[in-house]
Amino acid sequence: MIDVLIGLAPVLVAAVAVFRWYALKQIVVCLACCLLAEAIFSAMRRRAMSLGDFSAAVTGMILAFSLPPSAPWYVGAVGSFAAIGLGKCAFGGLGQNIFNPAMVGRAFVMICFASAMGASAYVIPGASLDVVTQATPLTAAKSAGGAGPDWSMLWPLFVGNVNGSVGETSALACLLGGLYLCFRRAAKWEIPLAMLATVATVAGLGDWLGPRHPLSVLHHLTGGAVMLGAFFIATDPVSSPLTSGGRWFFGAGVGALVMLMRAYSGYPEGVMFSVLLMNALTPLINRATIPRPLGGSHRAIPSQTTNGAP
Amino acid sequence: MTSILGWLCRGKGFSGGLHPPGRKSLAADASIKVLPGPAVVSVPLLQHLGAPCEPLVQPRQEVAWGQMIGRGTGTISAPVHSPLNGVAGVASVTTLPNGRHVGTIPITAAGAQIGGEALWEALLGGDWPDDGFDRYQPEEILSLIGQAGVVGMGGAAFPTHVKLTPVPGRPVDVLIVNGCECEPYLTADYRLMIEAPRAILAGAQLAGRAAGVERIIVAVEDDKPVAIESMRQAARARKVEFAVLEMRYPQGGERQLLPAVLGRTVPAGGLPTDVGAVVINVGTAGAVAAAVLRRRPLTHRVVTVSGTGIVKPANLLVPIGTPYGDLVTYCGGARDSAVRVVAGGPMTGFAIGDLSVPLTKGTAGLIVLGGVEVSRPRETPCIRCGRCVDVCPMNLVPTKIALAARVADWEQAGKYHMAACIECGCCAYACPAGIPLAHLIRMGKAQAPKET
Ligand code: SF4
Ligand code: SF4
Repeated sequence: MIDVLIGLAPVLVAAVAVFRWYALKQIVVCLACCLLAEAIFSAMRRRAMSLGDFSAAVTGMILAFSLPPSAPWYVGAVGSFAAIGLGKCAFGGLGQNIFNPAMVGRAFVMICFASAMGASAYVIPGASLDVVTQATPLTAAKSAGGAGPDWSMLWPLFVGNVNGSVGETSALACLLGGLYLCFRRAAKWEIPLAMLATVATVAGLGDWLGPRHPLSVLHHLTGGAVMLGAFFIATDPVSSPLTSGGRWFFGAGVGALVMLMRAYSGYPEGVMFSVLLMNALTPLINRATIPRPLGGSHRAIPSQTTNGAP
Repeated sequence: MTSILGWLCRGKGFSGGLHPPGRKSLAADASIKVLPGPAVVSVPLLQHLGAPCEPLVQPRQEVAWGQMIGRGTGTISAPVHSPLNGVAGVASVTTLPNGRHVGTIPITAAGAQIGGEALWEALLGGDWPDDGFDRYQPEEILSLIGQAGVVGMGGAAFPTHVKLTPVPGRPVDVLIVNGCECEPYLTADYRLMIEAPRAILAGAQLAGRAAGVERIIVAVEDDKPVAIESMRQAARARKVEFAVLEMRYPQGGERQLLPAVLGRTVPAGGLPTDVGAVVINVGTAGAVAAAVLRRRPLTHRVVTVSGTGIVKPANLLVPIGTPYGDLVTYCGGARDSAVRVVAGGPMTGFAIGDLSVPLTKGTAGLIVLGGVEVSRPRETPCIRCGRCVDVCPMNLVPTKIALAARVADWEQAGKYHMAACIECGCCAYACPAGIPLAHLIRMGKAQAPKET
């Protein structure tokens, strides 16, 4: 898990560079509350404290990165307790949970504090920081209609100089940290690859078939939470499939659902719901993708078989 | 990222596997020495799968080196022979490192013994012919091998004459001499390839003749250039091919070896003969040569004694039945740092607590691990990271099997193909949560009702 924290570092730097104290506030609140929640719930369950595995810290960071910079402090605090309590400990602790804890926390506050989490909440009129006075790119695109892609937006989307959730704006930072995770094998590379490929394919088809849309393939890949989700959220080991085949399916599923929600749901972005939905499918995916053992499926070992272990 | 490589390379060789630190340099350059005769040995009456031997000697009876002291019963069994000149004792029972309770015949050395250089010369040294094997009929070779009690010396200890006997309807065209010693620390086969290559090749040719094969292929990993060179030199006048394979654990497993050498995959539950191949270990080939050409039964084997916990790592020619403690003492004893003794290799072997346990025909090593080598993290819950899945050379889902085996859920374990596990230990090695996956699966396989 320490590798995940290292991988999140570029995202943290980008978040603080773009949103300054807004980002710092969310990160500090979520980190502190997640660690506190972990300590409290472990004590209640009379388990040895598992702070040492850094999983609570990772949950806190990812939750903070997925919140709007404008959200009041209690949103992060409630989200943290929901993430650790409902998302993890209620299932029996690390390794037992079905859903990504950070996304459970985010879904919880999204329902509790709809107005603080909605698309309009991202905009803080009259703030001294420029980025937060504009609508997020995905919201802007939703209302822009058939204006055609705005190519001048691409560079800001890539480096992250746009409005959005704390950690999602810089595709570059997510890519850097995410590739590190894949190389360290702390994340399963199949998931981000499958997810990004699916997003690109669906967006590409849309470009090619549909009426002119303000978002091109590149906008879809760099905008919103796709990069953050592909590398850091969908790759949570506990809630994603075990087998290579399962991971491809999982990643592709998340990508397809994201595009579905971007196109048709009332929300501008759908990474959270997509990941949670695919999490729910994970046990099923695991069962459906039991790999074929070398040499075919196996019934009985004839008693005289030498196993061939060296 | 290695999983990408594994994925790209699928089809050639096997997927999964590991590169554990080899630590072979500890003993790789120690030439084979003959262990000075132990005072007492206890020869186990069962050293392989199958039925135990029936004792042939009475207590206080005098026995000679090479005399048969236990006769095989049933089709899958091999006799045992006295490794010493001496006197038999009262049969007793011991628990082998793999947990099996077996009868043993103790033999106390008495009178003159052949030892040192002379013993090496008698068993594996000296010269071995390049040809002239036509003199022996296949049936004769098989019967000599069976009489000599030769079993697979790479670990499984399956009786070699049974393995080589042609089965009607399952023609075998290739014999593979397995020189892939992929377990860390072990160098017994490596030294044998350097010091007795002609014996190995003569044995391979005899075994090939017995099995009726057309081709003989020596398979060695690419990290053993000295052994490859030595074998090639010895093979110049023989019709033998070589396959130099990538060093990756468990390359030496039969099911991993065959795809890599021949591109043939052994069906689950089947044997290499199902795809027309038979695999014998280099040590076994040497034993076949000694059995057929010199009429020497299998009474000694080469064992690597290594690990950072032992004072003087060595490769030793040792009588079967020697207590492990004698090996430790001969090698200078254990260091203070020693924390665990393993019979076999560190990946597939068994930790042993009692050093009076005797060596069996299938044990290639005795590894004394120091504290640094066994630092295992405290066991934490499975985080479903999938690393065990990525490294499993049999393409299984070890976490599911192990956790099902732990709670005796045989239906679930069967659904995930528990029986296909070759107990290579890769999964446990890779698990960041420190779960003893391979151990749990091994126990599960032993406890599960047979039809799973
Ligand atoms: S390697 Fe260990 S932690 Fe990872 S999935 Fe396998 S059993 Fe679980
Ligand atoms: S011990 Fe069995 S389950 Fe584990 S890696 Fe080896 S073959 Fe796979």
